[in-house]
Amino acid sequence: MKDVIRRVAADPLGLMGLCLVTLMVVSAVLAALIAPYDPIALNIMDRLQGPSWSHFLGTDQLGRDLFSRVLYGGQVALKVALVSTGVSLVIGTVLGMIAGFGPRWFDNVIMLFFDTIRSFPTVMFALATVALVGPSLSTVIIVIIVTQIPTYGRVVRTQTLTIKSSEFIKAEIVMGASTFRILTVHILPNVVGPLLILASMDIPTVIALEAGLSFLGMGVKPPTPSWGSILNDGYTLIRITPWPIIAGSIPLVLVTLGFTFLGESLRDQLDPKLRKSL
Amino acid sequence: MLIYVLKRIGLGIVIVVLAVSLLFLMIHMVPGDPARILLGPRATPEMIAHLSLKMGLDQPLFVQILKFFGNLLRGDLGMDVITNRPVAEIVFGQLPYTLWLIFTAITGAMIIGIPLGCYSALHRNSILDRITGIISVACITAPAFVVALYSLLIFAVWLRWFPAIGAGERGQFWDQVAHLVMPAFAIGLAWVGYLARLVRSSMLEVLGDNHIRTARAYGLPESTVVYRYALKLAVLPTVTVIGVGMGFLLSAALFTEIVFARPGIGKLIFDSITTRNYPVVMGSVLVSTIMFVISTTLSDLINAWLDPRIRAAL
Amino acid sequence: MSALPTTENVLTIRDLSIEYTTDRGVLKAIRNVNLDIPKGSIVGVIGESGCGKSTLISSIIRLLAPNANVPNGSIEFEKQDLLKLSEDDMRKIRGARLSIVFQDPMSSLNPVLSIGRQMTDIQYRDKKTMSQKRQRSIDMLASVGIPDPESRLKQYPHEFSGGMQQRISIAMALQAEPSLLIADEPTTALDATLEVQIINLLKELQSKMNCSILFISHHLGVIAELCEHVVVMYAGEVVEQGTTKDVFRNPTHPYTAKLLECDPARIAQKTRLLPTIPGEIPDLVSLPPGCVYKNRCDKAMEICDSKTPSWTDFKDGHFVSCHLVEAT
Repeated sequence: MKDVIRRVAADPLGLMGLCLVTLMVVSAVLAALIAPYDPIALNIMDRLQGPSWSHFLGTDQLGRDLFSRVLYGGQVALKVALVSTGVSLVIGTVLGMIAGFGPRWFDNVIMLFFDTIRSFPTVMFALATVALVGPSLSTVIIVIIVTQIPTYGRVVRTQTLTIKSSEFIKAEIVMGASTFRILTVHILPNVVGPLLILASMDIPTVIALEAGLSFLGMGVKPPTPSWGSILNDGYTLIRITPWPIIAGSIPLVLVTLGFTFLGESLRDQLDPKLRKSL
Repeated sequence: MLIYVLKRIGLGIVIVVLAVSLLFLMIHMVPGDPARILLGPRATPEMIAHLSLKMGLDQPLFVQILKFFGNLLRGDLGMDVITNRPVAEIVFGQLPYTLWLIFTAITGAMIIGIPLGCYSALHRNSILDRITGIISVACITAPAFVVALYSLLIFAVWLRWFPAIGAGERGQFWDQVAHLVMPAFAIGLAWVGYLARLVRSSMLEVLGDNHIRTARAYGLPESTVVYRYALKLAVLPTVTVIGVGMGFLLSAALFTEIVFARPGIGKLIFDSITTRNYPVVMGSVLVSTIMFVISTTLSDLINAWLDPRIRAAL
Repeated sequence: MSALPTTENVLTIRDLSIEYTTDRGVLKAIRNVNLDIPKGSIVGVIGESGCGKSTLISSIIRLLAPNANVPNGSIEFEKQDLLKLSEDDMRKIRGARLSIVFQDPMSSLNPVLSIGRQMTDIQYRDKKTMSQKRQRSIDMLASVGIPDPESRLKQYPHEFSGGMQQRISIAMALQAEPSLLIADEPTTALDATLEVQIINLLKELQSKMNCSILFISHHLGVIAELCEHVVVMYAGEVVEQGTTKDVFRNPTHPYTAKLLECDPARIAQKTRLLPTIPGEIPDLVSLPPGCVYKNRCDKAMEICDSKTPSWTDFKDGHFVSCHLVEAT
């Protein structure tokens, strides 16, 4: 593992990705320390200012400092990324392994389950859910978890199937290895690599999804800052000032770039057979 | 081959049934009376009673699902809470706008992206290749609604090149086209980058194949080798990608319609949520899902038809 | 330097060197290679992996990798130096005067085009009608022994067995009646019975069409069966060349002798260990001076360390590159 991290850091693409991701994580975790202002503190006197030394990204229509809001918005993004990716990864892996390794009928059931979830355009599914239970961050996270389970599940299933049919697994079974042992000792380590790459590529999607839903007002409740809600303010103010839009979009783009670079670098390091397409 | 087609269509139908059932169950899983929830806070007791009867809420769940599907097959998606019009009529009235938007976006992306990817593969590490590479990554990294916001900002607010709102006057072709440009651009931009990268790596792989070497060894002109042999193979993954991408396209269209205040299914869903017009929300999501399943099924079938190896294996 | 006047050759390679520019340095894949292919004959090239066979072939048809360059040498084919031709002129020759059959037919045939389409496509230079082209293809398929060729034209490569695919490749290669057919290990991917069939097919077609064949292989038995002349390559150099009879009966270069000794088919007595040649081919990026085979040669002398042996005609068209011969 350490070796992989070292190799990724040696690759310029990977290094940039690592830096961006670390920047995001650190700034989110330390938001309380770094942020110059309270993100929800109103200050009508200073509303709609452009960038300045006292307000790096300007202020919004209620005088709130945009830079601080962006930092705290990072906390929301981080929470969404970690929780939803973590949970859907675990559930997806378990289901994928069972589907790949277990009886055929079970595999068919799980695949149908995955396919059904995947048949919904994600945002619309999220909106349908929000329509029924009302907007909140938790709802968004749960919806994201549910829609991402098949993403991980399918990859794990494919890997499991491939490994299952290899000769040495057949030998292990003949020698009496238990299913649990095979799954944990043989299949799981082989699955970790592709999962890491997939997670890296998927996290930006997940963060963008939360941002999009918050942008629509279906995610975090005001006045909690989220990059999406900042963009929503920006949308309303578009003819007046561009700064909220810029403020909200910069972290989104940086985070997406960071994770994409990281994922590409991981893929190059973990599977040298795949040619770099960039 | 015929068997595969039937099986694949069958699978599609099963998935639609399951997805619709899931939507149906979601309404019922929420605590409270489903009819009241569906009708929202505007519901009068008479409306609730009427809907409860129609949905058969007093009957076992199984019967309710059957009724639901029965209604569905007859094209009855319920009634709009506010205007009391059939949901189906409303949804299908808005659908064409979304379809036009998606179609324009993806066609534009293909027209620009595929040749770009092809050129990049043939002229690796040339200036255009490198620029395309960087732009591709840049295009993919911004979520569709962010691109939409920026296009609105730059092209509509600052430069005033294109109209910012709506779909244009009915019956006025060029006006409608003008209103299509930016929304289609917002959606299509990411796809240009994505398709270019896909075609590039696919072409590079195919060009390295042995049978391309054979074609060259027979002195076939480079243009034949590239365009007739390599490109046809390299473009295959594009078909699958677009088929599956319909989901992303629909989601992107939703955001774009909202940002540009353009009529369409996305805007319909959003507006209906805000006005608590839940039957319309459910109806729209249902129709979108069915469209998505049709799209993936079609793309699988086209893919199988195009590649004779798959055809033979079936 | 050749005993045969070169006008009797369909292909004459003189002093050819090919290098690849790699991250590690310049890889000297082929060095000062001489090769003669007389008209109407079958010449075999034998050598282990890494001896430069593929580079040699690629240089003849001039489809070398972009990082390859040719510091010296000439490839004379039908009175033209192939290395000096423009790409357009070279294209005119490929598939018409000069054609090639590759090792793995499954991957060298286009999987998504019918074989009829592929066979008519390569006739693009001919001013014939489509039905004439189809007929030509049908005739060629018949001559390589494909049953019922007319109906098989619309089938795809994967619908044929390995042996059939190779026959189709041969049919494609001979369709334009080239003067030289290059066969790059055409039987390596096939089992022994198919190998025999393909060899017999090649013999038959060669005598009918009187083309020359350059036959690459690492299978000594096949070379002995099929080829009149043989060229032995080692680590990018030609070490011995002559008629197959001569070379196989009186192998002069120590490498050739060892090759023959190690051929399982020639081992007359039961042994516990199969003979091998100890060592590996040297690093072609940083070649030591002297003879390239010296560190594996059981007859190496002091001079082999410092001086590269020269290409000597030591007996009537039997050439060798070895200090042992020069000494005498």
